This record gives sequence, C-alpha cells and structure tokens, in this order.
Amino acid sequence: MPVIKTLDDLKKIREEALEKRKVKTASGQIEVIVGMGTCGIAAGARDTMKAILETIQNDNLSGIIVKQTGCVGLCEKEPIVQIVIGEQPKITYGKVTGDVARQILKEHVVDGKVVQNHLITL
Amino acid sequence: MRELSLHLLDIAENSIAAQAKTVEIAIREDSRTDRLHMSVRDDGRGMDQEMAAQVIDPFVTTRTTRKVGLGIPLLKAASEACNGFLEIHSTPGIGTRLEVEFQNSHIDRMPLGDIASTILHLVIANPQIRFIFRHQVDENEFFFDDEPIKRELADIPLSDPLVISYLRDEIEAGIETIQPAMA
Repeated sequence: MPVIKTLDDLKKIREEALEKRKVKTASGQIEVIVGMGTCGIAAGARDTMKAILETIQNDNLSGIIVKQTGCVGLCEKEPIVQIVIGEQPKITYGKVTGDVARQILKEHVVDGKVVQNHLITL
Repeated sequence: MRELSLHLLDIAENSIAAQAKTVEIAIREDSRTDRLHMSVRDDGRGMDQEMAAQVIDPFVTTRTTRKVGLGIPLLKAASEACNGFLEIHSTPGIGTRLEVEFQNSHIDRMPLGDIASTILHLVIANPQIRFIFRHQVDENEFFFDDEPIKRELADIPLSDPLVISYLRDEIEAGIETIQPAMA
C-alpha cells in the first residue's frame, strides 16, 4: 500500500540537508543540464534525466543542481548533457544514454575526469 | 514518441519556453464515456491566432521567418487517429491552454507510460516554475502541487538526493493509489 508522505517529512529532510551542507567542502556549485527540446525527448532525454536523478539519489550526491534547457541546435547529437563545475568552462556531451549519464556523473562530476568519447567540441 | 507521458513532457516544455510561472497538467481517464483527456495550461506569454494555427499545422503557412516544432502536430495526428482532437486556446500576455483527447479504448492509443517520471523531471529541473498536476481515473483523483513543498524546503535544492527521493515517492505513490483495483 503506497504511503503518502506529509510536510512533516520535509522538515526532517530540510534539517538533514542543512546538516550535510555544513560538512561539505566548497568546491563550487555543480550544474548538470539536460537538453529537453522535442529533439532531446524523442532521442531519449527522459531516460537520461531518469538515470541522472537515480544516480544522485542512490549514490547520495549532494550539491548538484539539475536543470534543463530546450533545443540547443545540435539535434542529431541528442540527448545532450552539459556540466558546469564552479568557474570552469561548460563541458558538453552528446549521445548521452542512461549508461553514459551514469558514467559522466561518476567520472566527471565526482572524480573530475572528463569523459572523452562523448565530448562535443563546439 | 511512443508514450503520451513523453508528449506531455514535450508540451510542458513549450510552456517553459513561453516563460510560464505556473504550469498545470491534468489527465482524466473516464471509463464511462471511454475518453482520455489531457490538458496543459500555462500563464506564459501566449500566442496570437496566426501563431497558434501555425504550431498546430506548420506546413500550411507560407511564413518562413519563424521556426516551429513538430511536437504538437504529431500529438494532434495521434489523437485524431483515435477519434479524438487537439485544440489550443491562447491569448497573448495571458497564457495558453492545450487540450487533447482520445478514445480511451482505441487500439491505436499510445499508452500513458511513465507519467511519474515526466512530472518528477519537470518539477526538479525547473524550480522557478510552479507545477500543479491532477490525475483522475473515474472517481479517484491524485492532486499534486509543488508550491507547499518548495516553501517548506526554502533554500534546499530540489535535486538534493533526499528531496528527489521524497518527490519520487510522493508522485509514484499518488499515481498508484488512483489506479483501478485489479479484478
């Protein structure tokens, strides 16, 4: 039987999240941006987004902001994911399936190593 | 796109692109009338009649200055193939309402698919927009409004792992409760 959570659960979540933030080191904000135009969605961007949110949840990756954008004009390379870490230049990846998204989060976002074989040089 | 939930995501993207502050998504499944009705309503910048006609059927116009996508025409064709329709009501400066309907039992009707993912992703990736979601299956209704949640969380991002987990559970459980009981 599914259980509907209440706003009281949110109070606890807020406290826990604030507690975690105190111990987190300042590495600059991390943004993960997924292309969600018609082209992106048709190419499977929702599966990509799904993999990103599941990885954040399962690996407990805090401090990541997930955003979306429309068509960026590279429809043939969709699904497209862009990563911005702190002041570093934006990195753009193409043909990002769910598996590639998981790889990008683990290698690039967590370990700081760019995933070369899906890189798009603009 | 093989799921109506993907089309809903695509339609909602238009509302986001139109700089909506509030997006309301509604699904109504009625077994008595055998209709499936979906609507997306926003308070974005809206369109004049010419533009609204063009987004529905981009090939009948001679205009070449404006690019429009194929998302809406594809959904319109899918609805009409299932004894349904698609309509857009829009007023510049006020907003846009898209209504689409299908014969629910029609053999060619796409499945709704993963509605929970569509709503979850819209909510998390667009924190500046208020999303209201209403899903009715006959007498049962699931109603979701992200505003009270965001007020409670204040500056905690929606993509925090704990918050993703909370939202996922809430939306998935809500949709599950309105499904008809298995015979």
